[in-house]
Amino acid sequence: MRDDLFSGPEPDPARDAGHQDAPERVGFFTDTSVCIGCKACEVACKEWNAIPEDGMSLTGMSYDNTGGLGASTWRHVAFVEQPVPAGRTELPVVEPDTRAEGEAADSGMRWLMSSDVCKHCTHAACLDVCPTGSLFRTEFGTVVVQEDICNGCGVCVPACPYGVIEQRPTDGRAFKCTLCYDRLGAGQEPACAKACPTESIQFGPLDELRERAALRVDQLHEAGVTEARLYGHAPDNGVGGDGAFFLLLDEPEVYGLPPDPVVTTRDLGAMWRHAGLAALSLAAGAALSFALPALTRTKGPR
Amino acid sequence: MTSGPPAARTDSYYGRPIIKAPSWAPHDIAGYFFLGGLAGAGSVLAAGAHLTGRPTTAKALKVSSLAAVSLSAAALIHDLGRPSRFPNMLRVFKPTSPMSMGSWLLSAYGPAAGAAALTSVTGLLPRAGASATAAAAVLGPVLATYTAVLAADTAVPAWHGAHRELPYLFAASATAAASGMALVTGPLRENTPARYGAVVAAVGEDAALRAAERRLGSVAVTYREGRAGRLMRAARALTAAGTAGAVLFGHRSRTAAATAGIALLAGSVCTRFGVFAAGIASAEDPAHTVGPQREAVARRTTLSQ
Repeated sequence: MRDDLFSGPEPDPARDAGHQDAPERVGFFTDTSVCIGCKACEVACKEWNAIPEDGMSLTGMSYDNTGGLGASTWRHVAFVEQPVPAGRTELPVVEPDTRAEGEAADSGMRWLMSSDVCKHCTHAACLDVCPTGSLFRTEFGTVVVQEDICNGCGVCVPACPYGVIEQRPTDGRAFKCTLCYDRLGAGQEPACAKACPTESIQFGPLDELRERAALRVDQLHEAGVTEARLYGHAPDNGVGGDGAFFLLLDEPEVYGLPPDPVVTTRDLGAMWRHAGLAALSLAAGAALSFALPALTRTKGPR
Repeated sequence: MTSGPPAARTDSYYGRPIIKAPSWAPHDIAGYFFLGGLAGAGSVLAAGAHLTGRPTTAKALKVSSLAAVSLSAAALIHDLGRPSRFPNMLRVFKPTSPMSMGSWLLSAYGPAAGAAALTSVTGLLPRAGASATAAAAVLGPVLATYTAVLAADTAVPAWHGAHRELPYLFAASATAAASGMALVTGPLRENTPARYGAVVAAVGEDAALRAAERRLGSVAVTYREGRAGRLMRAARALTAAGTAGAVLFGHRSRTAAATAGIALLAGSVCTRFGVFAAGIASAEDPAHTVGPQREAVARRTTLSQ
């Protein structure tokens, strides 16, 4: 038997969290096949949410000097520089191909760019483990930190299977993407989606995004881009489906995404059971330690 | 070697971690694990000593449990990003959050341990003292093992992967620490149960760790290498030496008993810091996140075929 509260398909997380008249669940579909790596999403997010800078250093690994998502980075554009896989088909972005013959095609390298963000999981581990109730489920089905409640215990940080939420060292509290909760309340789309010039970041009702994503994958497969695949869209995955899901052109781990993330709470029942049994075994061990000497004393010579 | 940026590895994003390791300070949180264990198991042994007419040991363990639980609460508060907001821990009662359950447990256990110690030291209200001793002994084992859930209820491969075994490891390590404390503080004529306790703990700890490593597969290496490996080896040596010392010489010499007790306490410290370090190491290497997840995908694919 699986515990439906903690894992598995969950059609309406907002209503299950107590929002009676919840609007449609919204999310992101990030189509990385049209991402041009402009980082407008990173900038728009920082500006709108007034996030402080988090280091002006160069990573030296690619055009990605942001590194990854964190307390002060709620959108992160990954730049993957890799050899062109054998038999790969050029993306039909520009047609017809007007480049000089063999100029760029022979470099043997390609770039994959992808704008990463909090997944707003259906079963969110960060929310489950939060001891203060600071992390909560909004009426839009998203997951948000209440900064006036968070006491910086930091347990949400290792709980996240995607490595998204983080404590800001200068502040102590945990921060992450709110899916622009303030903008949603005003009927606006999140800042990153608004700023994206190629519609790589699409915002909308999750059901609609899932349909649109399925069509896009079919379209790419027909065009010969067989490596196109959706990531995080399935309602029966380890986190009950992501509120923000992706179209990728390689394995998830290449982009720094876990291939099969699972909400840790799925195993919470087993954990408490074993903790209870272990507590009993501790008591039994102690009882044995007192009983054995008493028994041997009565049996042995005085 | 060619110049220019390193080519992306195919199994990770430039070798960067996928999950984030906790930013907890080891001395705060591994220290919290150790102190919670010492306090909790100490309360159980204290109740046993109280019941079986070993008053010196009972009093010493009650005092050490109060000291340990006070220090553990201090460590927990010290590690908060906003220590002044510690009371928010009791804002909700949330069974899905081990940290929430632990906070409530601490706020029930702490006063019980405090009352047990105070009545024992002052000799006042013996009947209330006996009830407090009993309450602390009931809550103590849970205090000692719930911290394993706190660690395991995360995405950290070395902790979550061993979520079935970690509570038993923590229970055994807590028993070792409390037995050590009883050997250090108790007179020779009272220390036989502590010597038995050390044996039970040493055997249990070894079995739990072996089971955890079997379960973890490729991730088990995080318990054997680096800082975690050194700590776990030290833990094993100290626990074995302490147990042997307690069994062979613990009933003959006060010095031998105390030395064995200190070794057992140090062994328990090393186990907790070792488990903590293994978790951090497993979180920082993306291979430990990707590897087991790839295996899970492969298992599902085989099953569905």
